[in-house]
Amino acid sequence: MHATVALAGNPNSGKTTLFNELTGARQHVGNYPGVTVEKKEGIYSSNDFQLHIVDLPGTYSLTAYSLEEVVAREFLVNQRPQVVINIVDASNLDRNLYLAVQFLEMGVPVCIALNMIDVAKKRGIEINARKLSALLGVPVVPTIARTGQGKKELMDSAAKIVQENTKFVPLKISYGDDIDSAMIEMEKEIEAHHLLTDTYPVRWVALKYMENDEQILEKGRQQNPELSARLQEMVKKVSHHLQDTLDTYPEAMIADQRYGYINSILKQGVIYQKYDLNRLYSSDRIDKVLTNRFLGPLIMLAILAGLYQVVFTYSEVPVGWLEGIFGWISAGVSAILPDGLLKSLIVSGIIDGVGGVLGFVPLIMFMFFGIAFLEDSGYLARVAFMLDRVFRIFGLHGSSVMAFIVSGGIAGGCAVPGVMATRTLKSPRERLATLLTVPFMNCGAKLPVFALLIAAFFAKYEAVIMFIITLGAWAGALLVAKLLRVTVIKGAATPFVMELPPYRMPTFKGLAIHTWERTWQYIKKAGTTILGFSVILWAMMTFPALPDSKVAEFEAQRQALLNSAPAAIAGELQNSPQGSELSPQALSLKEQLKRSHYRQAETALRYSVAGRIGTALESVSRWAGFDWRTNIALVGGFAAKEVVVSTLGTAYSLGEVDPAETGALSEALAKDPGWSPLAALGLIVFTMFYSPCFVSVVCISRESGSWKWGAFAIAFNTLLAFGLAVLIYQVGSALGLGVY
Amino acid sequence: MRINLRKMRDNQAGLIAAVKVAGDLGRRIRDMGIVPGTEIKIQGRAPLYDPVALRVRGATITLRNNEADYIEVEVND
Repeated sequence: MHATVALAGNPNSGKTTLFNELTGARQHVGNYPGVTVEKKEGIYSSNDFQLHIVDLPGTYSLTAYSLEEVVAREFLVNQRPQVVINIVDASNLDRNLYLAVQFLEMGVPVCIALNMIDVAKKRGIEINARKLSALLGVPVVPTIARTGQGKKELMDSAAKIVQENTKFVPLKISYGDDIDSAMIEMEKEIEAHHLLTDTYPVRWVALKYMENDEQILEKGRQQNPELSARLQEMVKKVSHHLQDTLDTYPEAMIADQRYGYINSILKQGVIYQKYDLNRLYSSDRIDKVLTNRFLGPLIMLAILAGLYQVVFTYSEVPVGWLEGIFGWISAGVSAILPDGLLKSLIVSGIIDGVGGVLGFVPLIMFMFFGIAFLEDSGYLARVAFMLDRVFRIFGLHGSSVMAFIVSGGIAGGCAVPGVMATRTLKSPRERLATLLTVPFMNCGAKLPVFALLIAAFFAKYEAVIMFIITLGAWAGALLVAKLLRVTVIKGAATPFVMELPPYRMPTFKGLAIHTWERTWQYIKKAGTTILGFSVILWAMMTFPALPDSKVAEFEAQRQALLNSAPAAIAGELQNSPQGSELSPQALSLKEQLKRSHYRQAETALRYSVAGRIGTALESVSRWAGFDWRTNIALVGGFAAKEVVVSTLGTAYSLGEVDPAETGALSEALAKDPGWSPLAALGLIVFTMFYSPCFVSVVCISRESGSWKWGAFAIAFNTLLAFGLAVLIYQVGSALGLGVY
Repeated sequence: MRINLRKMRDNQAGLIAAVKVAGDLGRRIRDMGIVPGTEIKIQGRAPLYDPVALRVRGATITLRNNEADYIEVEVND
């Protein structure tokens, strides 16, 4: 027997835990076609059968309210799983049955997992599962997903439905006389014209028209516009009548009646509650402290800062190992291969590219682990609750804060895990605005650029400037978010209405699976694209190579240097083993030769595509006080922001400057008459706001589901940054600032 | 006495009298179990007095004040 089983249920009903328990590590994570909603699949095996299990997104309902609901509904209709296992939280039975009733209305084969019976028992709730099963007409199996209790019984009864091919008739609930009689008329019409009946049950189509379900209305309109209009007219009539007589809407009436149906079932001896339902539990007592007006924000600040510390401090160690390994491979390959293009491609293009991809892996793992902990424990919902008032002003959501912090809201984060952190946001517009603005935060890679410029021009005010930069990033991100929300992503706020789930200790297994899945997805999907980009950027900074005549010129120059030096000195330099002490004259000769090499690198860089772009842009970038060297460095910064520093080093004939040691470069900048504090300030602001590095761009495109948004981020951010830099430079110059 | 949910004090209890909003917001509110006749209790408010947290059917549901505006509650005092 081979069958597909869908897992459905409310968020926080223990659905993911059950899925992990059933499938173990044998899961496959992908996306539902065309959308960014995650699709998890796995196999459950017992002695007698194997079941293919699909984890549907957690939903409260089957309306077309959110992407998750549409996805879940489409899956049920198009893929027709043989069984839907509906996980309901026994400690929240009536609210959870609201979704179950909608499955029954659809007529899909349902098996109910009555989960968390242990929690319910602790709360003094006793449930008669056999009675509930008899009244609903579907199997009900008590389970405790965390311990795996009941999972065998559950899967056996699911398998039984498949084997016996049990028929499920759509549940008929009375929605009140007005709606009922109108629906009978509508059903006749729908049946006669076969409106959408090849995919949906007749009564269900009528019900969705009654509920004003946008997706079904649209489909109906496409198939039969005339009939669709007539049906909507009938709904309108009922709607007016209900509003006049009962001051309510059909969809509200339907919801009331569903709850009425649930209550009538529960009242028949299904549930026994020892205590008042709304009495407070330990979770609520914790909330009295954690969301307290004064203590709450302080504790939140501590927890967020703590998460940040953990993510970025502890991931440094494995990042260091990875860097070490890749440095070692690079050195090894460099030693084996002869100098030339192939070596440059392999070392600078491919090894650095793979290293770049994998370098983010520890960060992403730690970040997802930390966020999954906060999410699964229930704290993340409290963060959204406490901060929503602030973020809403900017058209965002309380949950946006996590992505901003991880991206560098506390300076030194990274936009790549930040962009991925927006997955915790369920509101589509707020999510898009968040993931487009998180790259404005000061990630760790921008810090060496700031450090370089501050050391060169504002050494005395380091702390103040860093503080202003951090505030500036927040202000910029929030204001741009607001701007986007009233222009390109305009639309009313998505309803905030959400549940604060009881605090729970996350299971390590759940966290580990979650973390590994996300990380693997990054490596697999983003990784390949990033490697491709890395090679392209390498090519841009390498080709066209200096013509042979130019190279010969530099070589002749060096030969001349060697020839002009006394023979003994030249001989000493060429023959002494590496690392041995040299005489002062030999050292000076070595220095001169090195400079010649650096000048050659500078010339080659300027000659490359990137160099030509930089030079061509000079006429424009002059407005912001940037010369061609800065331009090339900024082009390089598209690979990763810290490359700005090393490229600037090459452009200033200092060789590739290590971003951690910028002393010589900052001296060179401070001495260069083309630079001024004003231009430096402009460059700081430009670096903060211009195009995200391409790794972030790839992630933005992936997470938003469209390359359009990746391209938007490149273009919009660069224009914004340039506008700001020009403003600073021009206004500053006009005021006579920035001149020594 | 019928009052607006926004006007309720912390820890005040009541019965939902009406949810006067259609569309996504109305649907979402009803999905959470907030329908006429349901007992609720104000559990607390966020540090900036918005959103508000309610106790509904044994769960804690939060909504923004401007969303609470559509909900009328029958209270005793």
